[in-house]
Amino acid sequence: MIADDDEKWLAAATAAVKQNAFYMQRAIDSNNLKDALKFSAQMLGELRTSKLSPHKYYELYIRASDELRSLEMFFRDETARGCSIAELYELVQHAGNILPRLYLLCTIGSVYIKSKDVTAKDILKDLVEMCRAVQHPLRGLFLRSYLAQVTRDKLPSIGSELEGDTETHMDALEFVLQNFTEMNKLWVRMQHQGPTREKEKREKERNELRDLVMTVGKNLHILGQLEGVDLVVYRDTVLPRILEQVVNCKDELAQCYLMDCIIQVFPDDFHLQTLDVLLGACPQLQPSVDIKMVLSGLMERLSNYAASSVEALPNFLQVDAFSKLNHAIGKVVEAQVDLPASASVTLYLFLLKFTLHVHSDRLDYVDQVLGSCVSQLSATGKLCDDKASKQIVAFLSAPLEKFNDVVTILKLTNYPRVMEYLDHDTNKTMAIIIIQSILKNDTRIATADEVDALFELIKGLIKDFDGLTDNDEIDEEDFQEEQNSVARLVHFLYNDDPEEMSKIIFRIRKHILTGGPKRLPLTIPPLVFSALKLIRRMRGGDENPFGDDTSTPQKILQLLTETVEVLSDASASELALRLYLQCAQAANDCELETVAYEFFTKAYLLYEEEISDSKAQVTALRLIIGTLQRMRVFNVENRDILTHKATGYSAKLLKKPDQCRAVYECAHLYWAEEGENLKDGERVVLCLKRAQKIADAVQKMANASRGASSTGSVSLYVELLNKYLYFLEKGNPQVTGETIQSLAELIRSETKKAESGAGTFITSTLRYMEFQRQQEDGGMSEKYQKIKMEWFE
Amino acid sequence: MVLVLALGDLHVPHRAADLPPKFKSMLVPGKIQHIICTGNLCIKEIHDYLKTICPDLHIVRGEFDEDARYPDTKTLTIGQFKLGLCHGHQVIPWGDLDSLAMLQRQLDVDILVTGHTHQFTAYKHEGGVVINPGSATGACSSINQDVNPSFVLMDIDGLRVVVYVYELIDGEVKVDKIDFKKASTSTSAP
Repeated sequence: MIADDDEKWLAAATAAVKQNAFYMQRAIDSNNLKDALKFSAQMLGELRTSKLSPHKYYELYIRASDELRSLEMFFRDETARGCSIAELYELVQHAGNILPRLYLLCTIGSVYIKSKDVTAKDILKDLVEMCRAVQHPLRGLFLRSYLAQVTRDKLPSIGSELEGDTETHMDALEFVLQNFTEMNKLWVRMQHQGPTREKEKREKERNELRDLVMTVGKNLHILGQLEGVDLVVYRDTVLPRILEQVVNCKDELAQCYLMDCIIQVFPDDFHLQTLDVLLGACPQLQPSVDIKMVLSGLMERLSNYAASSVEALPNFLQVDAFSKLNHAIGKVVEAQVDLPASASVTLYLFLLKFTLHVHSDRLDYVDQVLGSCVSQLSATGKLCDDKASKQIVAFLSAPLEKFNDVVTILKLTNYPRVMEYLDHDTNKTMAIIIIQSILKNDTRIATADEVDALFELIKGLIKDFDGLTDNDEIDEEDFQEEQNSVARLVHFLYNDDPEEMSKIIFRIRKHILTGGPKRLPLTIPPLVFSALKLIRRMRGGDENPFGDDTSTPQKILQLLTETVEVLSDASASELALRLYLQCAQAANDCELETVAYEFFTKAYLLYEEEISDSKAQVTALRLIIGTLQRMRVFNVENRDILTHKATGYSAKLLKKPDQCRAVYECAHLYWAEEGENLKDGERVVLCLKRAQKIADAVQKMANASRGASSTGSVSLYVELLNKYLYFLEKGNPQVTGETIQSLAELIRSETKKAESGAGTFITSTLRYMEFQRQQEDGGMSEKYQKIKMEWFE
Repeated sequence: MVLVLALGDLHVPHRAADLPPKFKSMLVPGKIQHIICTGNLCIKEIHDYLKTICPDLHIVRGEFDEDARYPDTKTLTIGQFKLGLCHGHQVIPWGDLDSLAMLQRQLDVDILVTGHTHQFTAYKHEGGVVINPGSATGACSSINQDVNPSFVLMDIDGLRVVVYVYELIDGEVKVDKIDFKKASTSTSAP
């Protein structure tokens, strides 16, 4: 109902404005001053209405003030023609009602500001005083708004051609300040009037009024543009007057908006120099004012200022901006007891950003901010709302992003304290962010103490929180990714100095071992490999005895034994076996025979006791054989024992073909290339023959079951053949042409039996043998010629 | 012109945090038609990353790979060439060319790609070519102490394959190339 009426009235008023404007224009066109005035007065009469809501009145006002522009131009032309201000004033007095009269007087007055008839000062003073006649808040507000608008381009402002002396500047200043003061009062009155209004209607109006506060703020914009408002004037005149109004109006909305206006409109270095005053006003504002918005706005501006002009930086130090802001925030947080955690963290976040921008070299300032936040959080306890947690993550990420160097972060004593207040999940999120920073920036963590500090920060990932296990709550894939991040991290904990690196290894181990069986299989391997790298470097270094007890290869290998042991308890036996073998190779390279033997023993025990899956056995055994084959550190006896065991395991594998293959691979254990006394031709052949026996058994079974996998076992023979060729080429005297021949013969006969044919392996082997025969290098060809091959097609 | 990327032994995260940034910026999706990987990635994240470079991904199992489903060996035909793929810890003695040649004969392939030693090699011998792309991350190895990150790109064109090896030495990427030609499409000796 109300809305419809509003629309109706607005439509009617607008129509009337349009009509009168039309006649006014006609009068202007025919230079009829009197009529122009008559119709403009009539038009402006529509603005006397009380029926419209603030928004609708605004629309009407816009319409009318638009039309007044042509009138203004007309007045200007009239002055050119010699008409004096007094004359025009006189004519206007005939307008019946005060409101239209005042609009016209403002229009006329503004035109005369530049004239020599009357001084600008007098005109301005008169105008601003005259408007007092309209005390109705809405109408008065818009009248003054018009006054501000119409005089704006006639005041000496920055960039305009209007110059003047200091006096002119001060006059203009005074004018704007006064207009502002009156407008503010009117607006505040609008907020609080009319208890008779219906509640609904009032609510709606309040919302509309909110938008109108901008008209008040416009004055500040004008002030910001005025010539002659330098720092001194600002500090001594402008700011105090404005603040006085802001504080005294006691209206939350106005205060909030106007404070923000001040901050946005005036130059940053003004704010810097009047920081005390500005911050001092804050506690005087209404408690319901959102101070953090104001302070955040201020800090953001100052941060950007510092970022954009390096020359200004010393000023920040000079006025001690940091401690003033820190102090102000502290007071606000103290005063507003109900402030939610997310709000206070936001305040500190802005202060932190400010500090990082302006005083990035002052880690102590950064730490102070962190400390203030900690004090604040200690009052509220551990955070449990999402919003606050998000803010804290932003808060903690800010220095990370600024410095891009976790090592710097580690120096901030309050950083881990802030993290204490995060809930479990957020803590882990933050830990991941820290790790990502290291990975992305290739940050090197180079001392054991820094390692300790780092693991303190990421402890949410390293171990279970407070004895609770994560278990079903966490997604398996996510967990793995987390732990893999930790694993990747290990490679950045590094120092070239072997002693320091040793310490680092010990520390990492200490932290990782708190992880529990789910984490260890993911975090222990990188530690082991990092340690093995260190060992190899130590070995490569000079022969001098190492100063510290911890930094010898033996000590580290001992540490690794104890570490990998933990894995076998954590049901990661296959992994443990592989790691033992890796350690054995390292021990071999350091010529530590007993240690290497120890590792092999452990590997063998794992094989015997823990690895029961057939496929796993085959692979594990292959690795054992491959590793053992490369060992040079063992004496004959030890080597024999280990080799004998390995061959034994090979013969006991579940599937016969696997047995065969493992046994013939063992042949390599009796033959090493490096010219040492590790070439036992006889034992090699014994192995191969043993393997052949197994292959025979396989063949028998295959023949019995009629072509089930006949080509399979022929393949075994062909593999054996290839092995014989290998050792023939290496010069094993026990491998003769006859041996090979008989095997070849066997293959041929078995192939004839099988339906599926020879297979490509034989073909390629034969081709290879033929190729070797043809070799120009006499040695190889000679060996091959000893094999009679004619009966092979 | 078919581009085949051969790489392996990344050992992420056990022995390395990631591929070198210079390599990552070179391995742009959409340029490569096949990837053959010698194994030891070791984690799913690396598998996924390789898939983004090229969806035709062939992997064999290394002894530290977390996914047990990768096969021990794999053969595939690209153009006129038969390729064989195997990690290499199964071939004893490790890195021995003659033992590798045996595997090549067994798989009956022109090009055998293996890893495990973390050492780039490319040998030509009777049966064809044996290539080891080394370790793409420069992961340490018990067999080879001085490891530079490396990978191989093969350009297969008809009967000819050009093997480009990319090595990161002292922070710079160095390229070398080797030419191989196959005599004919049959499997008989060249």
